[in-house]
Amino acid sequence: MFALSTETLYRARRAKNIAAQVLASIATLFGVFWLVWIVWTTLSNGLAALDISLFTQMTPPPGEEGGLLNAIFGSILMSLLGVLFGAPIGVLAGTYLAEFSRTRFTARLGETIRFVNDILLSAPSIVLGLFVYTLVVAPMGHFSALAGAISLAFIVLPVVVRTTDEMLRLVPAQMREAALSLGVPQWKVTVQVLYRASLPGIVTGVLLALARISGETAPLLFTALNNQYWTTDLMQPMANVPVVIFQYAMSPYDSWHTLAWAGAFVLTVFVLLVSVAARAIVSRSRISND
Amino acid sequence: MNSIALPTAAIDDRAARDVRNDRRFAWIVGIAGVFVLVSLVAAAFSMLWGGRLAFQTFGLKFLWTDAWDPVNQVFGALVPIYGTLVTAFVAMLIAVPVSFGIAMFLTEIAPKWLRGPVGAAIELLAGIPSIIYGMWGLFVLVPVLSEHVYPWVDEHMGQWPIVGRFFAGPPMGLGMGTAGLVLAIMVIPFIASVMREVFLTVPGRLKESAYALGSTRWEVVWDVVLPYTRSAVIGGIFLGLGRALGETMAVTFVLGNAHELTTSLLMPGNSIAATIANEFAEADSEMYRSSLIALGFVLFLVTFTVLTIARLMLRQLAKKEGN
Repeated sequence: MFALSTETLYRARRAKNIAAQVLASIATLFGVFWLVWIVWTTLSNGLAALDISLFTQMTPPPGEEGGLLNAIFGSILMSLLGVLFGAPIGVLAGTYLAEFSRTRFTARLGETIRFVNDILLSAPSIVLGLFVYTLVVAPMGHFSALAGAISLAFIVLPVVVRTTDEMLRLVPAQMREAALSLGVPQWKVTVQVLYRASLPGIVTGVLLALARISGETAPLLFTALNNQYWTTDLMQPMANVPVVIFQYAMSPYDSWHTLAWAGAFVLTVFVLLVSVAARAIVSRSRISND
Repeated sequence: MNSIALPTAAIDDRAARDVRNDRRFAWIVGIAGVFVLVSLVAAAFSMLWGGRLAFQTFGLKFLWTDAWDPVNQVFGALVPIYGTLVTAFVAMLIAVPVSFGIAMFLTEIAPKWLRGPVGAAIELLAGIPSIIYGMWGLFVLVPVLSEHVYPWVDEHMGQWPIVGRFFAGPPMGLGMGTAGLVLAIMVIPFIASVMREVFLTVPGRLKESAYALGSTRWEVVWDVVLPYTRSAVIGGIFLGLGRALGETMAVTFVLGNAHELTTSLLMPGNSIAATIANEFAEADSEMYRSSLIALGFVLFLVTFTVLTIARLMLRQLAKKEGN
């Protein structure tokens, strides 16, 4: 009797375990299935639409052939400006969190900033776009590439703050103590010792931020808007790849759809390359530290 | 004596300069830190300011009226708010169990050689821009659903008692169900990678003890790993929810942009983010624009609450780890 009930209990547990493992494996296949489908669609449609004119011609009017030159230029320019505005402030703020919030008051302030930064990190980008709209576009009276770059900078900022903070805290305390005991002032310790030690990590943070903003669409809709023509004027609306993809994909024209797929392909490949590069830097530096 | 006095003066000078520079540097990094704090507060206030016209005109009624009439200048946020909540709910319904399965697979079931590549692939895919998901949804998923899936759903599930109304409707492919599915596909990598990371923090000796007592893998995950990481798992889910609520491009493509209140998941609807993205550039009146910014403020409040809960939950695990 006793043996029988243990036997059934054992069987039930075994069955449950097998069912759970099968379901978990199916869940993984389910997740991977969609993602492979999406990447495959983008790559195959994009490769078919890829053409040299993509990089040599401007965005066309409906029904005509053209390329994405002005949009690619605009995306590169605004992303670089976004990193240029956001990353230095991010590195400094991360330095404050890791190195300078030591007294009781500043420690509490540091905790609050860290918390707010985490929220900013996952805040919807469309909200940041509206913020920059009321901050920059509305007072100026018109859309501009500068406003687009500023909205991207607000996305770069929390990513860089987070990685800088984490990377600086990974630097061993002995390094700080050794430098300080030689009489080196703290700012020099920070800039010449700590930044150097955590450089790969900080660069990774900046690259991840770059990967993230290069595909951002929502904030650019109300800041940089779009522009069918070539422009280098930061005070004017500027074309950029994500908004062009959005506009072209939503249009009824086949030639615009083709260009949208080509843009999606370029965007995806760029983002994946940058993320892989970022990860490679981290793993290499980890090996060299051991 | 003079030859010694001179260097001390120089050293004092140097020390004073170092102190001054240190103080300056501390100020600079402090200002940068406070800038982060200020930018979040400023974002909230700027949207409150931008939406003041709508809030003043419609009052709190703005939140639960369903009019959206640019011609007569009457705006209410009910339809977008409802659409945002419904699509996010559908997304979480699909994404949470799938993500849990993936995390369990990657930490307990998969052979060692498979864990690294699959984990890395999922993390890389989390970085694909959301506009790609939206485009794929519009050009690939919508035709498949409207031709093969939704007619069947309408015919069979539409007849069910009570829940039937969620599945009845014309199979046009665009709609809240499609948007929920695309959102789910988008947040699965996020939630799965957070859960995986969280599961990896469980001390090996806890799991080994359970295995040594004869526990099955499922029992280890359900009775040891999950209780140990519960708060952080909920945090990860809320992080995904925050993303699903605020996601713009992935849903704008497939939601259908219709300002109508409907229970059917097969019918087009609207969400806060999609409404703003679709209409902002065309908003021609002060009131229209202000109402859209007010919508943004509502979205900000909702996601802020969800993300705060997420971070508080995730923090509890960090504390446990520290001890």
